[in-house]
Amino acid sequence: MSNAEHNQIRDAIGAAIAEHETILFMKGTPDAPACGFSARTVAALQALQAPFAAVDVLPDPRIREELSAISQWPTIPQLFVKGELVGGCDIVMEMYESGELAQTLSVDGDGSQELGAAESEAVAPGLTQIENRLG
Amino acid sequence: MPQAEEIKQRIEAAIPGASAEVEDWTGGGDHFKATVTAAAFAGRSRIEQHRLVYEIFGTEIGGPIHALSLKTQSPQ
Repeated sequence: MSNAEHNQIRDAIGAAIAEHETILFMKGTPDAPACGFSARTVAALQALQAPFAAVDVLPDPRIREELSAISQWPTIPQLFVKGELVGGCDIVMEMYESGELAQTLSVDGDGSQELGAAESEAVAPGLTQIENRLG
Repeated sequence: MPQAEEIKQRIEAAIPGASAEVEDWTGGGDHFKATVTAAAFAGRSRIEQHRLVYEIFGTEIGGPIHALSLKTQSPQ
């Protein structure tokens, strides 16, 4: 596989993280999580009615490889808010229980995020295109 | 196959002064749950604390160690 293809995927992941205020890289989809850790993380976001974009890493193993290279984080799920890695399932659940997650997602920001907005179905479009093109 | 005791020893060897409690979450030798207490965590974000532990295992995480659920804390 060429480096160009790897870089293309890495660029698409970087763009998706930059474009979406809250984005979750997970196994499966919010409606059908394929792993208990992803399911718990989705449940925490949904309990807070936080809108989020979701990317399924399972269709192409390169998504996970490149994501972990960018984030220096070995496991899935990974939640990013405002371009920063917040954490995986353990950290998200700890922050959910302490109330910090609600702050990170809505209060501790510029107020542009509207609770309850139905964004959670959106999958980062750049990555979908890459999967279609390469897959 | 890594065992809970081996994972505990590797964490405690790699992070000076750390104490770890590790359990095999499913009994299958690949899903582990660890609580790690270390002075080295003080002043670091949770992300950095977890990275310190993950780094010990490198590519074993996601490989032979399917999951290592972490709780990290500084000593009280």
